Amino acid sequence: MAKRLGQQTIVLDKQPIVLAGAAIVGRKEGDGPLAKYFDEVVDDEYAGEKTFEAAESRLMRDAFIKALEKSGKAAKDINVILSGDLLNQCTAASYAFRDSDTPYLGLFGACSTMSESMLIGSILIDSGAADYVACAASSHFCSAERQFRFPLEYGSQRTPTAQWTVTGAGTVILGKDGQGPRITCVTPGKIIDEGIKDANNMGAAMSPAACDTIVQHLQDTGRSVDDYDLILTGDLGSFGSAMLRELTVRNHIDLKSKHNDCGMMIFDLARQGVDCGGSGCGCSAAVFSAYILEQFRLGLLKRILFIATGALLSPTRTQQGETIPGIAHAVCVEA
Amino acid sequence: MIDLSKAFLLGGVICVIGQLLIDLTKLTPARIMVLFVVCGVVLGLLGIYPCLVDWGGAGATVPLTGFGNVLAKGVMKDVDEFGFLGVFTGGVKAAAAGITAAVTFGYIIAITSKARIKK
Repeated sequence: MAKRLGQQTIVLDKQPIVLAGAAIVGRKEGDGPLAKYFDEVVDDEYAGEKTFEAAESRLMRDAFIKALEKSGKAAKDINVILSGDLLNQCTAASYAFRDSDTPYLGLFGACSTMSESMLIGSILIDSGAADYVACAASSHFCSAERQFRFPLEYGSQRTPTAQWTVTGAGTVILGKDGQGPRITCVTPGKIIDEGIKDANNMGAAMSPAACDTIVQHLQDTGRSVDDYDLILTGDLGSFGSAMLRELTVRNHIDLKSKHNDCGMMIFDLARQGVDCGGSGCGCSAAVFSAYILEQFRLGLLKRILFIATGALLSPTRTQQGETIPGIAHAVCVEA
Repeated sequence: MIDLSKAFLLGGVICVIGQLLIDLTKLTPARIMVLFVVCGVVLGLLGIYPCLVDWGGAGATVPLTGFGNVLAKGVMKDVDEFGFLGVFTGGVKAAAAGITAAVTFGYIIAITSKARIKK
């Protein structure tokens, strides 16, 4: 049974297993450094559908089916799907799974959704409430532009410093038994708002939350950065990552070379013309489900802290002059 | 040829200002566009913009500031003719061609093409 450790961390007795993961991404991501790890690269931004929103649901559904296949499980074995995306009403997720015939819980954690879903999923398994769960998240450049900036049809100029929303979906299947890395403890994060107002600078809005969760996790577990092979944040980008290093140093924690960020890994920043890096739920979801799980399989990673980071940004509230709250949830995965 | 060069130069300068506003400020594109229209109105009202039009031709009339200039010109003309009511009628009347063209071509493009990511 799950046990509380310190202020925020939860230790999982049964240590749920990450049975398999799958990621499907768009063209730009398929042109990036992690291309060979993804299960499928979809060249068409419509993915054969009529709209960008339908395309995002399509990526999500296909990644789910692919992950199921790889895990050797059938859809009826899955007790619950935990999933979310960036669109209003979690549109991509709810339409992706409307025919799944499986209990579904929609989540909104902005770009932190992947670690949020894994956090809740692993607690459900640990408590005995579920045997197998699917955790999924997605984002799509075109649907996110419509949701948060301007629809592409409007043809607006993009701010050069804006992060690039990743087109992609990632799913992992967690189970009570089987082969794969284990989730040993989780640390849900607090909402931290340091007063950043610029919606084009979400890395800055999220890094204080990432810092808070890392500090809390290390404090709760009594571990140090050296106990991890990798501390992987979701989509802070280059600017947010630099800020995170500074913030952690202020808390007497040196991340050393242990930190990396999915947003910086998924694109070749200079060559692909994305100054700050990638963002979106699909970013950390795809990088974790494809690249990170493969590193575990190859035995290159023994213990990581996966911290997907979210800017809980509301376009309406931002236009009303509000600041951007950030959040980050940590999941400790061990071989 | 000299007219073409002048139009290119003036139009280019106006666009460079827009690009600098995008790059150096936090103004959203929508605000920059409104700012351009309002600048055109003010410069038109002060009689400065018509001088730019005389010098640079299409380089001054095609950018959004030119639209503002047309609005100002229309209002001044109708005010002379109909008095105060001209404030409400002049602008849109003078800009009718531009507005109708925008709606018409916008509609045609919307039904004949599909948005995609820039390559």
